[in-house]
Amino acid sequence: MSSATEATQAPARRRRTGAGERTNWPATIIIAVCSLSVLIPLYFTVVTAFKTPDQLGGTGFELPQGLAWENFSTAWELTSFPRALRNSAVVTGGAVLLTLLTNSMVAYAIARHMDRSRVFTLLYYYFIAALFVPFPIIMLPVVRQTALLGLDNPIGLIILYTVYGLSLNIFIYVAYVRSIPIELEEAARTDGASTWTTFWRIIFPLLAPMNATVAILTSMWAWNDFMLPLVILSEPEHQTLPLVQYVFQGQFTTNYSVAFASYLMALLPMVLVYVVAQRWVISGVMRGSAK
Amino acid sequence: MTVYKAAEEPRRTAPTPDPSDRSRSRRAPGIPKTIWAMVLPAFLLFFFFHTVPVLTGIFYSFTNFAGYGEWRFVGFSNYVNLFRDERVFSAYRFTFWFALVSTVLVNVIALAIAVGLNARIKLKTTFRAVFFLPHVLAILIVGYVFNYMFANSLPTIAERMGITALSASILANEDLAWVGVVILAVWQAAAFNIILYLAGLQTVPSEVYEAANLDGASSWQQFLRITFPLIGAFFTINMVLSLKNFLQVFDHIVALTNGGPGTATESISLLIYRGGLQGGEYAYQTANAVVYLIAIVVLSLIQFRILQRREASF
Repeated sequence: MSSATEATQAPARRRRTGAGERTNWPATIIIAVCSLSVLIPLYFTVVTAFKTPDQLGGTGFELPQGLAWENFSTAWELTSFPRALRNSAVVTGGAVLLTLLTNSMVAYAIARHMDRSRVFTLLYYYFIAALFVPFPIIMLPVVRQTALLGLDNPIGLIILYTVYGLSLNIFIYVAYVRSIPIELEEAARTDGASTWTTFWRIIFPLLAPMNATVAILTSMWAWNDFMLPLVILSEPEHQTLPLVQYVFQGQFTTNYSVAFASYLMALLPMVLVYVVAQRWVISGVMRGSAK
Repeated sequence: MTVYKAAEEPRRTAPTPDPSDRSRSRRAPGIPKTIWAMVLPAFLLFFFFHTVPVLTGIFYSFTNFAGYGEWRFVGFSNYVNLFRDERVFSAYRFTFWFALVSTVLVNVIALAIAVGLNARIKLKTTFRAVFFLPHVLAILIVGYVFNYMFANSLPTIAERMGITALSASILANEDLAWVGVVILAVWQAAAFNIILYLAGLQTVPSEVYEAANLDGASSWQQFLRITFPLIGAFFTINMVLSLKNFLQVFDHIVALTNGGPGTATESISLLIYRGGLQGGEYAYQTANAVVYLIAIVVLSLIQFRILQRREASF
């Protein structure tokens, strides 16, 4: 659906600029100034991370004198950075993979049968309704349940992200599945393909744009989430990157430069991915919303 | 919701290629076993990890369970006590006020920036990427950065500029700490909303503007009469979603104020977390969660009604 809008968008824009309309400079300047509000806190993070403790006075916006790389090695060791990075990567990777494989399948089954079966219509609204039940409401019972089951670890987190993602992901997938002509599946079935094969061989590849959207949204959620790791995880060696910043906050107050070095290291992996895949990420998010 | 109906259209009108017995029997209740197998595990897991907690939460809200040890039924006394609890009252007041202010600010700012990004500006994709950047950053960590800026940099700058009112950290001021939380929340949430509005703006065909230009409509008139009504659905969704997200505010507060000074910025989520998991108020906070759920559902429904009526009136 979105590719169609994008396709009409591009020539339209070209036509408009071609018609003698110039760059809108006032808008460009306003947008540039506004973008500073995003960049200033990031600039602040970077310069503070490179300062020695005695340079921390003043407004904090001054450039550092020399680069205090030792902040990073201190933070690296203090927070066991490699371990936290690995935990975040495992949880995020696991959540994305499991979400893609399961949520798409559930959405497909619902999308193709909600017309003929009331059970599937109910199922659709059952999952969607959960969008109105924020996690803090179910937090206390969930914490007890996961602890009782021994799921107070990364595996538990992966399962919870996959399960709680269902509501939004079904919403995203179902609309898209319904725009795929059913004739494709009917043809496959006349060729003797089972429902299972039809889904994995025909439908799942066709869902690629939505899979990308869901993967992007899930990874940003799981990577940056703080509340779920905070209440679910019980072992320090399972702590994810945001959780580690919280846990070491008390020790950071003695040395803010180390704290900022730690923040910067925690933010950097996702920022690097984003810088490389920026166009793809944004178009993925827009695709999810334009429906 | 509306869009999903639109997507449904072509399928309904599409000719059924083979209206034979075989396809009719497939449309009959006989849904393949594989399809059931596809949804059943997800349904069970979802039921277990989402619906069961809702139900056990409601169950425990009628007990005096502390999170451990023995318990007994206490009727509605948790609920009665909730309405008498000054701390709970203050958490609701703060959370709703914060959510309201942030929702309005985020939507106004995001829409304005999206309109700017949709104009014929230079470096469009670069700016778009910059504005989305806050969304890829963990709120908690950005919160710590903002915390330091509010506590150390801002007072220094204010002092140098001679603004004595801001020469102390706003986060330490009972009446101003919420402003700091709003700033962080808006800074972070605007990113996602800008992209959503931009997606909405791109659905408006450029021909509409060309016609309006020929008629001599000013930019402001174009926005008010054309753009805004056409992206009404996006506005509705964004308002509802922002409010819902802001009502759950947690990370922001942990990073900035930890609920302080006193309990001035303690949100409902933070109260449930502290009381329920650290303060031995398990049952009491499940009752709080039930009230919170009812509040959110009622509020979302009202919001949908009001915004949809507004949308229709154009």
